[in-house]
This record gives sequence, structure tokens and C-alpha cells, in this order.
Amino acid sequence: MSPAVDLSAFVETAPSGEHRLDLAVEGITCAACIGDIERGLATLPALGSARVNYTHRRLALTWSGEGFDPLAAVKRLAELGYRAHPFRPSRQEEIEAAETRFLLRCLAVAGFSAMNIMLLSVSVWSGNVTDITQETRDLFHWLSAIIALPAVAYAGRPFFINAARALRNRSMTMDVPISLGVCLAVGLSLYETIHSAHHAYFDSAVMLLFFLLLGRVLDQAMRRRTRAVADNLMAMRGETAVVVDENGAREVPVRAVRPGDSVLVRPGDRIAVDGVVVEGRSEVDASLVTGETAREAIGPGIEVHAGTLNVSGALTVRATAPADASLIAEVNRLVADASEARSRYLRLADRAARIYSPVVHVTALLTCIGWLVAGAGLHQALVIAIAVLIITCPCALALAVPATQVVAAGSLFKAGVLLQSPDAVERIAACDTVVFDKTGTLTLPEPRIADRGRHDPDLLAMASRLALSSRHPLAVALAAEARGLKPFAGAEERAGEGVVVAADGVEMRLGSPVFCGLEDEAARILAADPEATAIAFRRGDRGEVFALRQALRPDAKEVVETFRARGYALMILSGDREGPVAAAAEALGIDAWRSACRPADKIALLDAMKAEGRKVLMVGDGLNDAPALAAAHASMSPVTAAHVAQASADALFLGEKLAPVAAGAAIARKALAIMRQNLGIAVVYNMIAVPLAMAGHVTPLIAAAAMSGSSVIVTLNALRAREDRSRLLMRSRREAGSVVPPAIEARAGA
Amino acid sequence: MTVLLYLVPIALGLGLLGLAAFLWSLKSGQYDDLDGAAVRILDDADVAPPPETAPEPPPAPGRR
Repeated sequence: MSPAVDLSAFVETAPSGEHRLDLAVEGITCAACIGDIERGLATLPALGSARVNYTHRRLALTWSGEGFDPLAAVKRLAELGYRAHPFRPSRQEEIEAAETRFLLRCLAVAGFSAMNIMLLSVSVWSGNVTDITQETRDLFHWLSAIIALPAVAYAGRPFFINAARALRNRSMTMDVPISLGVCLAVGLSLYETIHSAHHAYFDSAVMLLFFLLLGRVLDQAMRRRTRAVADNLMAMRGETAVVVDENGAREVPVRAVRPGDSVLVRPGDRIAVDGVVVEGRSEVDASLVTGETAREAIGPGIEVHAGTLNVSGALTVRATAPADASLIAEVNRLVADASEARSRYLRLADRAARIYSPVVHVTALLTCIGWLVAGAGLHQALVIAIAVLIITCPCALALAVPATQVVAAGSLFKAGVLLQSPDAVERIAACDTVVFDKTGTLTLPEPRIADRGRHDPDLLAMASRLALSSRHPLAVALAAEARGLKPFAGAEERAGEGVVVAADGVEMRLGSPVFCGLEDEAARILAADPEATAIAFRRGDRGEVFALRQALRPDAKEVVETFRARGYALMILSGDREGPVAAAAEALGIDAWRSACRPADKIALLDAMKAEGRKVLMVGDGLNDAPALAAAHASMSPVTAAHVAQASADALFLGEKLAPVAAGAAIARKALAIMRQNLGIAVVYNMIAVPLAMAGHVTPLIAAAAMSGSSVIVTLNALRAREDRSRLLMRSRREAGSVVPPAIEARAGA
Repeated sequence: MTVLLYLVPIALGLGLLGLAAFLWSLKSGQYDDLDGAAVRILDDADVAPPPETAPEPPPAPGRR
């Protein structure tokens, strides 16, 4: 009997009494699915509304009162052919959604005022060379001021807030010169307007804000889309646990498990919480935690870690607080130390700002002094000095990096890489050494059939079809061979032995060699390949033993070759024993490898490489890799990785291939080159514009033309960070088997 | 140039109207699902079927 599923932990209740449940839905691939789902759910009693979000592949259900059972909706979706996974938007995602709306509001206000002020400014510029009267010009300047002052106060907040924070921390970011430039431009213009002067720079100030906000909105939108995909994948992993209490067994989300709860772990399930075994005996596969591929026998009183896979028997585990487990505590401490070191990394844009700001501000000061010495009045000298600050206001400079970042993040998304930290592109690009973990990174997370060609295809097909009825990890691995086959009706699983079914009058068995009476053959196979595990199949008088073993990712060799050809140094650091690590290293042609590394050993090795001046890209998935992922210059994790590892990685890659890692490194390198080029363009622009401004030749018209011109040039240049479309298409065809729904891949570039 | 005295307020008023419309649409969640909006319009299921009594118009010659 399967335990009742408890969705209440996912239901959110608004103060008005309205309930809301969010579901990540698998299988939404086309427009028709929206109608299918919404109309299919509309007939459920007491459901308020069901709305599909096609962009994020989600469904929001709302209802009020108690009459509606959300489980009915999940069942109805299953009948319609969609698998729905309940989830609560992560805190991070909510913050980002609010931030996006705030930036969009600012952008709208800046856009509105920029258009209207430009309308007035163009009239003044053309009037200045024809016959505008003093009164009309003053009227237009005052109107501009009335629009610009509230608009700048509103739309400039994202920059002002960040600039104030940077100054409080005594650091320098691009927001400081931006805020200073905008405030001075508005202040000077107001002064000039009051004194009925010819020139006002309201349009420059507002246009600058508009351009910069545009860059930030796009950046934020890209980041949100990535986050949504990552959260959906997380929800689809279905992190639930079966809690047993006096009311019976209930399936609850992992977060709702409290220390002290008794958790039932069925064979084939991942242990969801840290705890101590109370009842039952089994073997566990800790490869996701330690990288160790050999199974470990456990029984009552033994401590188990979240993320380990329960292989053979049912267990009852009493949950303990995570901090109790020594390995987890050690990992968390190491991750915290390593993250602190990383947070000191200074982004390219901020490094540019550190050089840029003093240079510009000194130039403006020298201009003012120069004009005073040359005999100009204080007012004229100040106006020219402020004009220098306005024209150097880092429009191009502040767009140079984010614009490239947005385009590169889009390309990475299409290649199957989800960025997690905003500066990941720069750091991945700087790496010259790649360090791989073995288990789950170079190899697939699940075992694969070792020598497919050796087996009779018919027998293999039948065995894999029977395997569909079992939850045992080996059977699940074998079931991967059953492409498009349906499970046998009436198959019966016998705990600790295997599955049995009678089809067409013949009994078929799949399970341990003993269960199928094939011990001798199994022993022979295991003697030839000690790393493998055997699963046996018998149909009538025919029997077969399949050897399953950790397999390298299908393109691991190719990717390693690519990295070597590009001049990267390569290394394997694994927590596994020497034998399997040496075998993998030899298969891939990697000379440098270490086995049996503890988390602290990995960090020590990375630190040694850092001391040699090497920048390491760490690729790993296990809990034991998490500190190394946080300590490396940059890091990537497969999406199947342990939670802590994912949280420490700069980027996640999707699918069962390793290709996204190579593609990601290439895209990042190209993007970094373009970022540097863009900074160069910004410098050239300033070298032309600043002398003009210092000489006092800059009018608002020239300022507007120069600023928008340079912004457009850097933005166009940033577009070059896109990958070639045709190459990309070929790759996505090759990767038809990846875990990303094809629709997401196809849509990512839109 | 007295024409400016009412033309400028009208121009600004129209602009503000557009801004208000955008902010309203943002607040009512119309920017939450941009791809969905693009495909929802293709869904015909919400269109009432034509009355059954009306005979099918004969296919125009030369068209399929």
C-alpha cells in the first residue's frame, strides 16, 4: 500500500482565506497543453482557478474554503498525461520576482520621461539655432525639470541604493560614478534653468538611466528564467519522505520532516534525511555522498546521511538534526570557509570602476582648476567641469559587462548550462585547469549495463521490460534499456529477491543470481570484472546474467580531448578507491589523479594548485565535493548532484552528457574576451569625448549623441557573444536524449 | 506660441496615460507569462461553435 501523500506543506494560504498551490508540470510542450490542462481541471469541484504559466512550465491552483482536495488535481493531471510536482517557490525566486517588477517599473518611468524630455530638448536644440524666444526656452526647460526631477528620484533608486551601500562599505562599484553623474547633471541643469541659461542636461540624465535600466532588466530576466528551470528540476526530483507516526504512513516533503520523526525508506529510495537506523538491514550506496562506489552494509544503530541510496531492504530511520552528523558538519564548515574566500573576488566591472572613478573625478577637478587659471569665471569653470563628469558618466562602461553577460547567459542556457552566480562567466573564463570528480561527474550517476553486445537482444528486451516493475536500483538501471516497452501486467516484487511474472505461460524471474539459480555464472562474471554488480534473469530454461557497472558519460573522452586541445591541465580527484579511479583515468588518458580523497584533502590540493598560480574549474557532484566546489576558482555541478554541492557550484549542467561543461567554458572565454573588448571601446570613447568636454565644446546635443552612440556600439558588440545558430542546432539534435524538455531547449533563445 | 499652452499638457497627459496603463498591466501580472500569452491566442476552444442549424457553406471552387 502506498502511503497517503500530504500536500499541505506546499499549500499557501493568503490572509483572505484563499489557498494557493504551485505545481511544476512535466510534459507541457505546446500551446494545446495549456487548454488541455486548464479545461481538464475546470470540472473539479470547488476549484477556484487553474492557470498555466507556459514560460515557466508551471500551474497555479487557487481555491477558497475546505471543499477542494489538491490531490484530486494531481491525479487528474496524471490521467491527462502530465506529471505534476508540487513545490513552493524558493525564497530566492520570490526576491528575484519582486526585484524584476521593481526594475520594470523604474524602466517604465525612465522611458516615459526620457521620451518626453527628448521631445522638449530637440525643440530647444533646433530653436537655439533658429529663433526660439527666451520665454519659450525657459518654459521647455522648466517642463523638463518638472518631469525629470521626480523621474530621476524614482527610477534612479536601484543605482542610488547600491551606490550608498558601496560607499558605506568603503568599496567602489560602477553605481557610484553613475549616481554622481546623474545627480550632478540634474543639479546643474536645475541651476541653469533657474538662471535662464541656454543649456540643460535633463535629457542626458534620464536617457542614461533608461539605457542602464534596460541592461539590468534583461540581466534580471535571464537570471529569473534560469532560476525557474533549476527550481522546476528540483521539484521534479520529488524530495519527499515517508513519515510513520500514530496516524499511519504519510508522504511529506523533506522540509516537513522534524528531528525525531521515524522515516520509512523503501528499497530503491534515496534516504532523505540524516539519521540513525532504528529497524531493518540493507546495503546503501553512498556514491553521491562520498564518491565511494562500493556498497556498504548497514543495520540498526548505524548513522546514515541524506542522499545515500537504499539498495536492498526497507529501513526505518530516526531523523536527527543535520548538525549531528560529523561528515555533514565538516562539509558545512569547509564550505562556509571556502565561500568566504570566494566572496572577496572582485568582478571585472568593479575592477574597472576602481580605476575609472578616480581618473574621471581628478580630470574634472583639473578641468575646473585649469579654466580658473585661464581666467574663466567660477560659474563657467564649474559648468565645464560638470560637463566632463556628465560625458564620462559610464554609460558604455556600465553596459559593457552586463550586456555581454546577458547574451552569454542565454547561450549557456541553450548549451544546457544554468548559471547560479552572477560572476560565474568571468570566473569560468579565467580557468586554466579542470579538476573532475569521478563518481557521478565523469561517470553517469546510475550504473549501466557493461557489455551490451554480449547479450541476446530479445532476452535483454524482456529482462528490461520486467525490470520496469521493480524499484531496486539495479533493476532501475536495467529498465533504462526498455525503450518504449510497457511493464508486464501482474509482475510481483519479492523483497530482497527480485521480481517474478508469468507471461504467455512461462515464468520469468529477474533479481539476485540466487533467485534465478545462476550463481555460478554470476561468480564467473564478477571474477572477471570486480567493479561490476550482477543481476540475473531467467525465462523458462534460458538464463542470463547482466553485469552492471559505473559507466563513463557517453562523451567524457571527447570532452576531455577538447579540454586538452584547448590547453587546459586536467586532473581527477575522487573519494572512491584506487582501482576504479585508475581505470577511469586510464580510459580518459588523464595522468594526474588522486583517489580516496576526503573533502579536506581536495581543498588542500586545490589550495596547492592556487599557490602555483593556477585557476581551477572544479566539476563535481557529491556532498564530499561541496567544499572543493566552493574553494575552486569556478565550479560546475551536474543537475543530479547533492543539494549542498549544487548550492556551492557556480553553474549547473543538464543532461547525461559532459559536453555542456566544454561548451560552457568556451562560451565563457569568448564572453570574457568581448567584455574586455567592450571596456576598450568605452575607453576609446572617453579618450575622444573627454578632451572635447575639457575644451568646453560639449553641448547637451553632443552629450546625448555621444552617450547613446557608445551605448549602442557596446550593446551590438555584446551580441557577438551569441553562439553560432547552425552549430547549436546540430548539437541540440545530437542531444535529443537530454533531460531538458525539448521545448525548453528550443525556447531558451527566444 | 500660445498653442503650446494646451498642446504640451495634452502630449504629457497622453504619455502619462501610457505609463499608467503599463504600470497597471505589470501589476495585474500580464508580464509573468510572456510565452503563454503568445500561444494562448491560438487556442480556439473558447470560441462558441457555430449554430448547428446553419448549413455548411459549400466549399469555394479552386480552394481547399
